[in-house]
Order: sequence, then structure tokens, then C-alpha cells
Amino acid sequence: MIKRSFFSLGKPGLKYLSITDPGVAVKDISLPGEVRLLVKDCDVGAINLKVGAPVKTGQKVVLTDDPGCYVISTVTGTVSGVSAYAGYLNQSYASISIDVSGEDQLDEATLAGLEAPTFEAARDYLTSLPGKPDFLSFLKLDPPVNTVVITCVDQDLLVSTHRQAVLLDVDGLIEGIEYLKQVSRIGRVMIAAPSSLVPLVSKAGVDVKEVCDTYPNSLCGMIAKDVLGADYMPAKSFEQMGIGFISAEAVIGLARIFGSAEIPVEKLITVIGKDNVPVMVKARIGTPAGDVLAAVGITASSGDRVVFGGPMSGTSIYSLDMPVLADTDAIMVQDQSQVVLSQDCQCVNCGECVRACPVKVPVNMLVRVLASGFYEEAAEMYDLHACIECGLCNYVCVARIPIFHHIMLGKHEVARIKNAEGSNG
Amino acid sequence: MANQKLFISSHAPFWHNGTSLSSRSYNVMLAALPAVVMGIGQYGAAALGVISLSISCAMLWELLLNKAMGRPVSIGDGNAAVIGLLFAMLLPATAPWWTVLIGTFLAIVVGKQIYGGMGSNPFHPSLVAFAIVMLSWKAIVNFDAALVNYDLGFSMVYPLGAVKHFGASAAANYNSYDLLMGMQSGGIGATFGLGLILGGLYLILRGIIRWEISLSFIVGIVITAQLFHVSDPDQYAGAVFHLLTGYTLIGAFFLATEDSSSPVNVIPMVLYGACAGVLTILIRNIGFFVDGVVFAILMMNVANPLLDKIRPKAVGGGIEHA
Repeated sequence: MIKRSFFSLGKPGLKYLSITDPGVAVKDISLPGEVRLLVKDCDVGAINLKVGAPVKTGQKVVLTDDPGCYVISTVTGTVSGVSAYAGYLNQSYASISIDVSGEDQLDEATLAGLEAPTFEAARDYLTSLPGKPDFLSFLKLDPPVNTVVITCVDQDLLVSTHRQAVLLDVDGLIEGIEYLKQVSRIGRVMIAAPSSLVPLVSKAGVDVKEVCDTYPNSLCGMIAKDVLGADYMPAKSFEQMGIGFISAEAVIGLARIFGSAEIPVEKLITVIGKDNVPVMVKARIGTPAGDVLAAVGITASSGDRVVFGGPMSGTSIYSLDMPVLADTDAIMVQDQSQVVLSQDCQCVNCGECVRACPVKVPVNMLVRVLASGFYEEAAEMYDLHACIECGLCNYVCVARIPIFHHIMLGKHEVARIKNAEGSNG
Repeated sequence: MANQKLFISSHAPFWHNGTSLSSRSYNVMLAALPAVVMGIGQYGAAALGVISLSISCAMLWELLLNKAMGRPVSIGDGNAAVIGLLFAMLLPATAPWWTVLIGTFLAIVVGKQIYGGMGSNPFHPSLVAFAIVMLSWKAIVNFDAALVNYDLGFSMVYPLGAVKHFGASAAANYNSYDLLMGMQSGGIGATFGLGLILGGLYLILRGIIRWEISLSFIVGIVITAQLFHVSDPDQYAGAVFHLLTGYTLIGAFFLATEDSSSPVNVIPMVLYGACAGVLTILIRNIGFFVDGVVFAILMMNVANPLLDKIRPKAVGGGIEHA
């Protein structure tokens, strides 16, 4: 926890952890007895996968009659259960449990399907690649996505996953860029990197955008704002603005698939203990968080907080059974003595949030409107959609109002209202 | 599930910079201490009595209102104590107990709680109370009458009153250094200029009050007072005199800067402070009242929501139909 300095006039000025050491030790987490894979927006009732069905590592398991609803098994074993899981903001997932049995056997069909770097190969096999690239959004044609930004930066404080991935395999990154161009069919590829990595990634021969080392400059919203300039319109999605993001780890994954015929099923994770010291680990996707923490000797007890992601924008989990996902960059454990609870206070209009906001949202007004449930008014008059979800307003809030929570609920509700109105025809 | 560990689950962010409402209030009280101690030193037990009664009554009213409205007890955040303290700092040491009792009722109930409590008050609660007391019982806050029995070794004629009634020549009876060091009659905690400035600087450096408001308030007072002085040096006292007398400094650092009733954006803060400064001098020089700080700040409190509409556009607009 970084406390406010005694004398303070300006912005919080939280700096990312600096990393320069390429020789960092990455601990391999051993295979767990069971993995759980989560598939987003998949109707559990329609799943026709049988419990007991054998699967191989890398095997594409189509779950329903929809060929787009599939999961790539990250282990060799047998399916042991299918259930529903509701995540953040009520996103629905299907949860597939697989009992791990013995040695990995690579699936031949997947290897054959991934021979050539084509968009179809990416769509059919790579949506759950470590780093979770969103290839489907890259295909959008109206307006077309014309720029892909490779993020060699980490989205949160204390997290160093993507920068370490670059340090560990910069050649893979450079090789992967070629495959990315072929797969995405997008001509303009850029790299967003911190100043320490700029000399390294410049070798790739694409545009490099240097990212400042204070939070929240590494967030995709901030990068999009820099890259797009006047065309940046936060009420739209990145694809609608013609820009796509892919993590460095996913690009390196492309190089391993198309360059050396491997199937990447392991995720690089920064594990942050109660002492805030990060450790790099590599775990099979689907490994329970509890196994990862146990392997690095971190105990989380009742009353502590366990977070997937970093301290500013992560998601807290309620069970150590929660599996590592393709986009889990960090697991953080916070001691109960470090937990600062939100309070049931009103905004006192001190203005700290307004000064902290990197995109000049009138947070003091926004939070009042949101707390009263006027979500559409918040979107129309108080710049709700300009928020890039960094959490700084909440971090500095004197009244300890859960501002970030209010904002995310507001965005969710506005989207829901719009969808409901859209279905009226 | 029996042996399931129960984690604390909440929304991001999971870090906080450690500030809290109570630490903010206690820092304001700490910053007010030099001026308060000076007041107690000058007026003795009477001043101590007024301050203690005011703080405790304010907290009691807050507690009563919390209970009556079934809200969580909020005296722990220190806001009621700050309101009580600031109210007492404006009063003369001879203020009778019932004035303090009624005044704190007006501050906490009429000035704050009926609007919904801390953060919802459109005016500074202490100023609401003081304005009502001032209009209702003029003799109590007439410092010349109230402090007539004190002889502290300096002129006990209220400086602003002297200038109002006898013209700028009366200002010559006061030297600036004495005024700065609290050698003047006035409110318990409002006369020790140096102490108020030190307290204010502490609050500014800690980031608890905004320098934009304090500075623009002072600049507004200085420029307007100087313009008046230049236009008619016989009738209107100079800028330094106005800066160091009455409620100017407590207003600049403790009253105008109250969070809820002041703006948060830069241009509105400057406008708010400067206009309050200008209004103060207008009331002092051509208005009916001896000191204008109370009404000037209350007037600008009213303008605050409108002023805060002047704000920077969010990056990218953010507005859907734009």
C-alpha cells in the first residue's frame, strides 16, 4: 500500500514497478490434479460434452452445436464436470473441469489446424491463447480495425507479466509480429512499451510508442487516446474506433505455435504476496489459484483478500478454487491488516478525485448522480463513458466511497438499458 | 464448504492512500490551534469556556440528530467538532452560553444535517449559524460592547468598526505588526493573523485546503481594498489593514475553503475566492455591516454549484450523443 505523502499538492504519481533484469527466475507450477476452464457466454444447458470424455493437451473441444463455442484443453485427462459460473458484472461462463491424468499428449488435429498462420486458424483455435487475444474483434469490417497495438506494458501496479514475457523472449515477439500481421490481416502494427524496453523492441521494425512510467498510462484507454488523438471517442469500443490491442505474451505465443509447432497452454503470472514482493510463475491455464499460492509459499487466511490482477484494477475472488485464466496476469494476496474498507459516506466535494482523474471526468458530480441511480444522466451529462477504469479516484477518496464500483455498475446498467431498448425494435 | 476460507471480497481498487475524513478534520483543528491558543491566552477562561462549550454542543447536536434520524453515529469524523470550533473562533470571548447552544444548533441542524449531513451542506455551517446570531443579537457580536471590560494592553476598539465610523485615519492607530500578532480586539480565534497564516499554510501543504481559494480570496481583498484606498484615501483604509483585521484571514484559510460549499475545479475556485474577496470589501466599505467576510462567503457558497459548471471537457468528450 502506498500512502499519501505527508505534504501533498499534486496527483498521486504511482509508479509502475521497474524491471530491468532479464534473468529473473520463473517458477514452474507443477500440474494440478484437476483443472477448470471457463468459457465465456456459453449456455451450460446446451452443452453436449459428456463427463468422462477423454481429452488431450491442445485438443479443441466443441461444447455446443455452435462451432464458435469451444475450449482448448490445457491438459491430458478426462472431463469430470460441467457447471455454470457467474463472474464479474454477471458475465456468464461455462466451467469445464478436467481430471489430469499422466503425461501430456499433444492433440494432432489442433497441430494440423495450426499449420499456417491464417485468420481461420486463429479464430478456430486461438481465442483462449495465454494473453487472451481478441482475434474476432480484429475481423470487424465496419469500420475496419486498421491498427493493432501490442502491449508490452502491464496494466497494473506491481504486475510485470508482459514486460517479463518480452524480456524472456524478445526474439519470439519479433517473430510473432509477422504471424500477427498474417493472422489479423491488419497492416499497421504498433508496440506500446515502457522506456526501459524501447531499445529492445525497436528491433522489430514497427512503430514503438513509449509509455510513461506512472499509473495509469499503460491502460489501453490511455494508449488508445495517445495513438488516436482527436479520433479517440471513449463512448465507443476500441474496435469501433479502429484500434485493437493484443498482449505481448499472446504475440510470443503466436511465434511458438507457427514457428515451432508448440501449443502454449501455460500462463506467465506475477504472484504478489502480502509483503508486496512479486514473484514470477508459470502455471497451466486452469490451475486453481490455491495451488499457485501454495507453490510459492503464500498462505491466504480468512479475512485476507485474494485478487486476480493488480491492486488498482483487479478482481477479488472468494475462493481459492478459482482457476488461472488465459488473461490472469497476476494473483495478489492482501493481508487483512492492509484491507481498507469502503464507507457509507456521501461525497464531501473535496475534489481529490477530480484532480487525480487522468481524463478529467467530473467525478464529484458523477458519483452523486450514480449513487442516486441516474445512470443515463451520468452518461449524458457527466462523462461516465470517458472513464478509463483506472481506479485512481477511488484510491484518493477521502470519504472512502466505492467510486470505481459505482462507475462500473453505472456502465453496466447503461449498457443493459440500451440493449433492452434495442430489443424493442 | 464447511472449511472454506472466507476472504474479503470487494471491488477494485484494493489500495487506498490512507486519507480519511477524521484525519482531515483533526488536521483542520490542529491548524487552528495557534490562533485558538492565542485567543485563550488573551481572554483566559472565558474564551476556553466558549470554545469547549461550542465544540461539545456541536458534537451533541450531531449525535442527537444521528439518533433522531436513525443514521450511523458520525461524530467520529470530527466534522461537528470542526464546525463547533470555527463557530467559537468567530465569537467574542464574552458570548453567553445560550448563544453558543443556539448557535451550534443552527450550525449543525440548520446548516448541515437538514441538507443530509456532511458533504451536502450548501453553506459553511459555522457561517450560517454566525450570520443568524449576528442578525438576531447584534450586541453579542459587537466587539466594542462585548469586550469593553478587557484591557489587554492594546486598543480594544474593533479596528473595522473604527475605520467604518471614523474613516481611514483611524487605521493609523493600529500598526500592521501588532495586528498580525493578534494585538487587536475581535473573535476568539480570528485575531492572531500569523497563527492563522501558519495554520493555513500547513493545511495547504497537506493538501487539505486549496491554495487557489485562499490566494484568490486574499488577492480579491487586497486589490479591491487598494482600489478603494486609492480612490479616497481619507475614507477607505489600505489593503494591508483590511488583510489583517476582522475575519479576513480566518475566512481565507478556514471558512471559504470548506469542502462541500466551495468549488473543485481551478477556474471556479479562483472565481469563487476572488469574488468572495471583492464582496467582502464592498460590504465593509460601502455596505451596512462592519465586516463583510461572513456574508461574502455565504453569497459565494450559493454561487458554488453554478461556478463548478465551468469545468474542463473530459478527454474525448465522453458524451454519447456528441
